[in-house]
Formats: sequence, C-alpha cells, structure tokens
Amino acid sequence: MLDLFIIVLAAALVLMLLALTVTAVAAFRFPQATHFVKDLDRRWIFVLMFLAVAIPLLYQLTFPEEPTSLAITVFEEIEKLEPGDKVLMAWDYDPASEGELGPMATAFTFHCATKGLKLYYMTIFSPIGPQMIDDAINNVLKTEFPHYEYGVDYVNLGYKPGYEGVVKVIVSDLKELYTTDHYGTSTRDIPMMKDVRSVQQMDLIVNVSAGYAGTKEWVLFATTPYPENIKMVAGTTGVMAPGMYPYIPDQLLGLLAAIKGAAEYEELVMSAYGSDDLGLAYRKGQLRMGPQLIAHVLIIILIIIANIIYFAEKRRGAA
Amino acid sequence: MKRLVPLWLTAIAGIVMIVSYFIPWAQGLGEVFSIWFDILAGIAFILGGGNLLQIHLKKVSDKGAGWGYSVILLVCFMTTLFVGLGKIGVHPSPQFPDESWSGVYNQSGGPFWFLYEYAFKPLTATMFAMLAFYIASAAFRAFRAKNIEAILLLGTAFIILLGRTYAGVWLTGWISDEGPFRGLRTENLSEYIMQVFNKTGTRAIIIGIALGIASTSLKVILGVDRSYLGSGED
Repeated sequence: MLDLFIIVLAAALVLMLLALTVTAVAAFRFPQATHFVKDLDRRWIFVLMFLAVAIPLLYQLTFPEEPTSLAITVFEEIEKLEPGDKVLMAWDYDPASEGELGPMATAFTFHCATKGLKLYYMTIFSPIGPQMIDDAINNVLKTEFPHYEYGVDYVNLGYKPGYEGVVKVIVSDLKELYTTDHYGTSTRDIPMMKDVRSVQQMDLIVNVSAGYAGTKEWVLFATTPYPENIKMVAGTTGVMAPGMYPYIPDQLLGLLAAIKGAAEYEELVMSAYGSDDLGLAYRKGQLRMGPQLIAHVLIIILIIIANIIYFAEKRRGAA
Repeated sequence: MKRLVPLWLTAIAGIVMIVSYFIPWAQGLGEVFSIWFDILAGIAFILGGGNLLQIHLKKVSDKGAGWGYSVILLVCFMTTLFVGLGKIGVHPSPQFPDESWSGVYNQSGGPFWFLYEYAFKPLTATMFAMLAFYIASAAFRAFRAKNIEAILLLGTAFIILLGRTYAGVWLTGWISDEGPFRGLRTENLSEYIMQVFNKTGTRAIIIGIALGIASTSLKVILGVDRSYLGSGED
C-alpha cells in the first residue's frame, strides 16, 4: 500500500516538473504560456515541495556520504579524548530546529558515551533546552548505555537565563551559577561535579546551536579569552554556519554545518562504532539528506524555469 | 533624577565590564556584575510575561483586530504557567518523597510534559518546516539573472545547493579526486566558496559590526546616546 502511494507521489512529482519545464520552453514561442507560468498559483509550488520532501522521507531514501575536513576534525577531536575525560555538552537549540540539529546531538551523545566520557549537559538558549537534553539522555544514554549512571557519568545542569552572561561567569566559576542540577539536587552532592570548578576544566565543549545564545557566544566568551584551556567543536543550523567559518580553526576546532554536517559525522561515527543492531536510529541525518537533495534540485529547477520565462519576456520586449 | 540614575547605572556597569577585561584585579567585580546581569535576565521573564498579558488583555477588552487569537494566546499562556509553576501532576522527587513540590516540572508523563510533547513541539516544528514552502515559492518568483551580480549570486547558489547534497557528487564524480582538476568537483567548489569567499566576507562584516558596537557602546556609557531611556515624555 505504502509502495503504491510512493509510486503515485513520485509519478505526480515527475509529471508536474515535466509540465512546468515544457511550459517554460514553450514560453519562447507562445506568450500565453509565459502568462500561465508567471501567474501560477503558488500553492502548486507548495504541492511540489511537499512531494519533494515527503517521497524520500516515506521511501527512506539515503545516499553515500563523503565526510569533509570539518566533520573529520570534529570526529578526531572527540577521538583524542580518553575515557573519563570531561565534556561539556552545550545543547542550545529547541524543537523548531530539532529536525536539523537533533541527529547531530544524538550522534554526539552516542560517540561521547561510546568513548566513556563524562558528560555535563547544559543549555543557555531557551527554557525549552532541558527537554532537548532529556531527549538525548532518554533516547541514547538510557537505551544504548544503561551502565551510564546519573551523577557519575552524566549530569543535566539544565537552563540558566542570561545568555552570554552565563558563559562569562561559568568560565571562571561554574558553581556560582549552577548550585543545583536540573532536578534540584545540589551540585555539591553530585559526585562528578565535585572536582569541577569552572568550564576551563572541561576537556572539550561540544555545542549544538540554533542561534542566540549559542556557538558564537561560547566562542566569544569561552574559547577566545582562554585559548589554552578551552577547546570547542560545534554543530549549527545551515543559516548560522556561514557566520561561524571565520572562527575556524583557532577559536572553533571543527564545525558540523546543518543536516549535511550531521550526516557526514554520523557516517564517521557509525563506520567506527556502529553495528547492524542500531538500525537507522543513528542515521537520521542521512535519512534527512534524501529530502534535502530532492528539495534542492526542485528549487534549482524552479529558478531555471523562472529565468527562462524572464529571458523569453525580455526577448519579446526587445523584439 | 528619573534619567540621571539610569545614566549613572549604565556608565558604572559599562566601565566596570570594560576595566575587568583588561585589569586582573577588577575581574572579580566584573564577575559580580555578570551575576547581577544573569539575575536581571531571570527577572526579565516576569516582566516579559506581564507585558504579554497587558498587551493581549487590552486587545481583548478593546475587541481589536484579531482579538480571538489573543484569547487563545492568553488561555494557552495561563494554562502552561499554571501547570508548570504549580507542578500539577508531578510526583515528588525520590530524594524528598514527603515534599509534594520536589519533583521536576517537566517530569515525563506529567501535564506540562504532555503540553510540551503534544502541543509546543509539533507546533514549533511545523512553523519552522513551513519555511521550505516559502523558500521554494520565493526562489521561483524573485531569483532573476538580471545583472552580473545576480548571475554571480545565482551561480554560487547553484554550486552550494548541489554541493550540499549527493547530486553534486554525482554530477562531477567523473572528475578525478587526485588530479589538478579536483577543485572543480562540486563538493570541493562548495567547500572552497564557504572556506574562502564566505569566510573573508563574513570576517569583514564581523569586524565592521564590532567597530560599530564599540562606538555605540561608548556613546551609551558616556551618556551621549540616551535613546534607550525613551523620550522622557511619559
């Protein structure tokens, strides 16, 4: 039943694209075709985009991923760490960007837990951040790493308001602001917090960021003033990524840009530590690259068609 | 007095934060000011909530345009606030079983968790996902190769759009990844654009913004720019 649905959807998408292309080419010969495409109800474009995203999602279309140097750097920085090393997991995103950032957050948690690292989760982005941390804990740590003990191997420090103000304080004194964890337990009573004074004692910061406050604030107020003591890798949304490149490689060691970065990192992690039992749970980034490919191709085709019409009109105007 | 006190507060806070960055003995004071800032940021949530209530209650009472949406907003806001602050349906934490409010507000299975999981999460994800439709529509209607700059932008967009997917790898996969032409493979071109053109352009913008922030901040600290205090007529 599902296969039939997918075939029908795929056929509809191909037919619609074909119709639009023929109309655009016809625009050079028949002016009325130009008007038809120009005045096309935008809801037809919405339908095309819906099909472009839905078909690969339903069909679980995946493509091979060739990791780029930035993803390899992120992977290698975590690989360098020894079991028991401290990693600050700064989860600065919310459900709006979960689709883009969730897969990399899952892969980061899986990779760090596989390495036996101590994970300190916190968020400064939004009061919704702790739920994102809960997702990582429930979906990865509790299912794949049941031996990971709360307070000994990982801790959820929750959300603190103040944006970069929080970073500015915790780089020199973490317990000044974090007197309790997310559940109200005093940080003095949490074993893995006992020998932690500040963020400078973390061996690496892993930041997943959707905006303000996020990667930029960690770079400006943590890694820049303390370049010898604080190292950081990050994963950001596609919109944010271009703004983060200037900080690479000194203030920011590596960057996963959007779902493409997540898919590349997943490939590296799963190649090194994956098994058949894990299924597609840790390849969600790669699964979401299917819709991205079709959607990008659709956008390119739409732009080309629109430009064909533009030039056809221009030519007619000149003639 | 009404304007003088905020002006002095701003000047002192600004100068302390600058001095604490450059002079080691003043770092402690800078930290104290940062903690005050964090406390104020927490209190700002109350201010924000109060402001939201005030605006929408007024809209409902005036029966302004779209007042029905304001009613929905107010009901949702008050329900979430009540359920979250009151920790409704939350079991006490195992550490303090006798304290009824000791459980965490977003406990799995609780009403707040339910509101988050089945209302907030899908709604915000839907809002963000809708961008794809508008991007496609906007690309179709607005992206025209009208001049050289637009052609350059269009070409760059195509390379990045293809380079960020397997389509790019497939299109230029016939170019050897070892030889002198490896830079022409779409994925390498895309990476080159991001690492060189984007990086240099963004750096220039960041430096410009930083200089602008420094100059504006100095104006505010020295009391030259007082626009943040309002017109003073109220």
